[in-house]
Amino acid sequence: MATTTEPAPVQPARVRGPAQDVAGLGISRALGFVAPALLLIGAFLVFPAVWTIYIGITNYRLTGVEAVSPSIVGLSNYTKALNDALFHNALWLTCLFVLGSAVIGQNILGFALAWTMRRARPAVRRTVEALVLLAWILPSTVVAYLWIAFFDRDTGTLNSILGTQGTAWLIDYPMVCLVLFNTWRGTAFSMMLYSSALQAVPPSQLESARMFGASGWQTVRDVVFPHIRGHVLTNTLLISLWTANDFSPFLLTKGGPNHESETVPVYIYNVALQGGELGYSSAISFLLLIANLLVALLYLRLLRRRS
Amino acid sequence: MTPAYVVRRIGFYVLICAITLFFAVPMLWLASAPFDASPGLGVHWPDWTLDNFRETLAHPYAMHSMVNSLLICVTTAVAVTAFAALASYALSRVRLPGRDALLYGLLLLSSVVTGTAAMVPIFVMMFQLGLIDSRFGVALVMTGGLLPAAIFILKDFVDAVPKSYEESARVFGASTGQILRDVVLPVARPGLATILVWAFVNSWGNFLVPFLLIRSIEKQPGAVLLQTFTDEGGSANLSVIPVFSLLFSIPVVVLYLLVNSRYGFRFHGGIKS
Amino acid sequence: MRRISRLSRLAVLGSAATVLLTGCLGSSDSGSEDTDANRNADAKKVELVIGANSVKGGKNSAGAEFTQDVLIPKFVEAQKAKGVDVTVKFEGDGSDDEVYKQKLALSLSNKAGPDLISVDGIWVGEFAQAGYIKPLTDTVGDTAKVDDWDGWKQIQDSVQQLGMFEGKRYGVPAGTDGRVLYFNKKLFQQAGLPADWQPKSWDEIISAGQALKKLQGVTPIQINAGTAMGEATTMQGILPLLVGTGATINTDGKWLGDSPQIRQVLDFYKQVYGSGLGDPVLQREAKGRDKSFAEFAANKIGILLEGDYFWRSVVEPKDGVAKMADRDTAVGYALIPAGKAGGGVKGQDFVSMSGGGATAINPNTKFPQQAWELLQFMNSAEMVKASLNGAAKITQRSDVNSEVLAGDPMLNFIATKVLPVTQYRPGLAEYPKISAALQQATADVVGGKTTEAAAKSYQTAVEAAAGSKDKVSSN
Repeated sequence: MATTTEPAPVQPARVRGPAQDVAGLGISRALGFVAPALLLIGAFLVFPAVWTIYIGITNYRLTGVEAVSPSIVGLSNYTKALNDALFHNALWLTCLFVLGSAVIGQNILGFALAWTMRRARPAVRRTVEALVLLAWILPSTVVAYLWIAFFDRDTGTLNSILGTQGTAWLIDYPMVCLVLFNTWRGTAFSMMLYSSALQAVPPSQLESARMFGASGWQTVRDVVFPHIRGHVLTNTLLISLWTANDFSPFLLTKGGPNHESETVPVYIYNVALQGGELGYSSAISFLLLIANLLVALLYLRLLRRRS
Repeated sequence: MTPAYVVRRIGFYVLICAITLFFAVPMLWLASAPFDASPGLGVHWPDWTLDNFRETLAHPYAMHSMVNSLLICVTTAVAVTAFAALASYALSRVRLPGRDALLYGLLLLSSVVTGTAAMVPIFVMMFQLGLIDSRFGVALVMTGGLLPAAIFILKDFVDAVPKSYEESARVFGASTGQILRDVVLPVARPGLATILVWAFVNSWGNFLVPFLLIRSIEKQPGAVLLQTFTDEGGSANLSVIPVFSLLFSIPVVVLYLLVNSRYGFRFHGGIKS
Repeated sequence: MRRISRLSRLAVLGSAATVLLTGCLGSSDSGSEDTDANRNADAKKVELVIGANSVKGGKNSAGAEFTQDVLIPKFVEAQKAKGVDVTVKFEGDGSDDEVYKQKLALSLSNKAGPDLISVDGIWVGEFAQAGYIKPLTDTVGDTAKVDDWDGWKQIQDSVQQLGMFEGKRYGVPAGTDGRVLYFNKKLFQQAGLPADWQPKSWDEIISAGQALKKLQGVTPIQINAGTAMGEATTMQGILPLLVGTGATINTDGKWLGDSPQIRQVLDFYKQVYGSGLGDPVLQREAKGRDKSFAEFAANKIGILLEGDYFWRSVVEPKDGVAKMADRDTAVGYALIPAGKAGGGVKGQDFVSMSGGGATAINPNTKFPQQAWELLQFMNSAEMVKASLNGAAKITQRSDVNSEVLAGDPMLNFIATKVLPVTQYRPGLAEYPKISAALQQATADVVGGKTTEAAAKSYQTAVEAAAGSKDKVSSN
């Protein structure tokens, strides 16, 4: 372990919030605790990130003339992105993808599972939870194969079930497929988060709601939701970010057919690898970061206002 | 038992069945194709054989890549868990200036930077550090990428641990170290276990980082190997892929089961309102 | 709070370091470059690394096996006889070509990477422009030593283009290929078409397709299109058609933009996919090419434009990925005709496109002389023949070809009939983007856009890819 900070003499460091620091850690030791993580993050995340931003204002390529002598092109990568129909397309598809699979799909299915499984028999509960979790922990390269097989045009499982042999799902409805796939893939996180959140709801309040004859929906809206609002927002924030930056659509459709499922991360990959335009792809990455930031700020605002 | 109640029960179970099927059906391929004499992309009752297993076991690098995967991912998972635990406890209990902005900023960064765009900086940096072709180097990069989200999740977990435990321990004269070891750690264990699994799973499937940073095929992890099971023209080798996929999935499942039975697999989350 | 300010000072320092380091981007003058071509020429202990995109048990497994189990031991043995202790390592990747290229370029830009590197012929130009590879005479330092290698005489001039850029040799070609029209003789018989079919114009392909269309469940013509198939669309579709109109994609440094020839090619696509002669869905599938193989093998595709790889490794009766037990009798092959007789590039009646790789020496190798020796050894008649391991395959060497292809009429057909009329792609940095623009144009047409609209957006894409209007010719 690379703890570089020396254990400084313990000071009664109670600058602010003395009631918080219950174990008597103190600022210096707290910094020592944070240091290894921050060092790693600084070296392997922040540093490359700053560098990436720099590449974004050059016309750097990995091969060809621009590889030897990249020149600073200022913001022209950004103006290019703003006029790039494919980038607009990617942005729009990413919004659809996040909205469909994370905000709606994973969130609702995850909550529904957490809510219904509360009262289910342990055997049922364990089986369902295990399946949902399995979908979450399988390696993504493996999962990609599972879904390619599931959607396959000729011998795919979906076509066998529906009796629609010959329907090329991944071609005809690529975004629907991706939304389904990602809902399947990520619901476990929401389910787990919500089941622990639901434990925070006082049973007495649920009981009285039932006595007043409230319907299931009313109970959720009026009794449960106020208790788990923070969880809902954290969860939505995390899964939205993860989904927006998810690369697995590439494994299923490679962004095709004809860019119809090319979300921003896939577009960045295609620009960087197929086109070799690292400058441009870095600029788009930065734009994606900005978009993420806006989404996060929006969530935080919502959180503040509600609480 | 009113009719309405019965209808509701039936509806409930139909829903459960539908959800179960939704989650189970795509996985069937993993159960049938590895054992099929002519594995394809479809799911059908297999023409039982173990030849695919024999072929996979005879593959010159397949089995060893699992060892590499384990090396890389255990290192990553342990490092992520340890560092995130320390950091999240400190951030939860001691008010460091700019804490929230820092957390959110890093979280955002982590979700974007680990992708394709940063591969040049990461490669060049690792090259200068002499960490190319090193499994340890791969683990370091992965750790850096996973830490922010881990701290974020774990901090919420630690926030939820009642401070009264620590307070009373303090009243009884326990030192800070004792409190951390004997009070905080046991309470936080399920959260740590969950992060451990989460970090392990996330690094287990990562393809791009090890591919770029490792040169010798003998050191590549399974996620990279899985991409090489093709023939000359790049068509998938369907006798090896299903078996390898199955074997490659076992460690994560085992780890999950282990952690689940010991500590329970639970997330605490939500910004306290 | 003092601590904090110290922290922030650290942060300032850190970001200053960042700015300094970012300056390193792309710079190739780090000063420590060793330019003496005879460095370590007399070393008694030599270490070399061969890099390739192949791996045992995966992509191009046979190539990896040959390198590791035959080439390296033989070379080590030969060097031992000279009193030199050589260790040769093989670094195989076995991934997608684009990812492999990226990784290779990353290594080379950091002055690292294997001593012998295998590259696709179309990368030679961009790698050369980036300074990642240098002309062999520069790296070896002795023009005569390179030019006098007797192997060059055995490599046809057209094939040597694979390793060349701006008239200089950057690498030794490593085998080539050729494209033809394959057809299913069984389906042809049912449709009343001859077994020795040889179309002389595009119209004759279309009319054969119309005859095949009458058969149930048969896709008459498969000409790769769209972006999902990537370079396969360009090589097994657009470019063979384009050279059939008399044009090449790059003439005298200018890329071909929206022009009658491009529109002619797109019209042909329109004819095939707009009138039900081809399967437009297949062109959009991620694994469409694999699928086209499987369908051809299952007698569901009448005519297919593919390379000799299709014959050797796809429908090959024993080990092919889509085996056809009756390949030798059921699969016919014909030269790709020009749009009209005599209308092809250089006034040819028949045309084709070829690709292939080359092996170059890493300019930063510690042992340039020994690397050149290994490269020659690798491309000696003995080793080239050994690399085939009994299989019939078109190699870079004519002497080996005439010996090993004698038993395979199809490959002999390629070596003797196709290679003389074939063309290679330009190995320029812009090529991949031009290729992507071409693929996009076919995707547009297959997706229902008019030829004119597709050609127009193609023009825009080509201008963007070439960097300026002056580098595009259109009319």
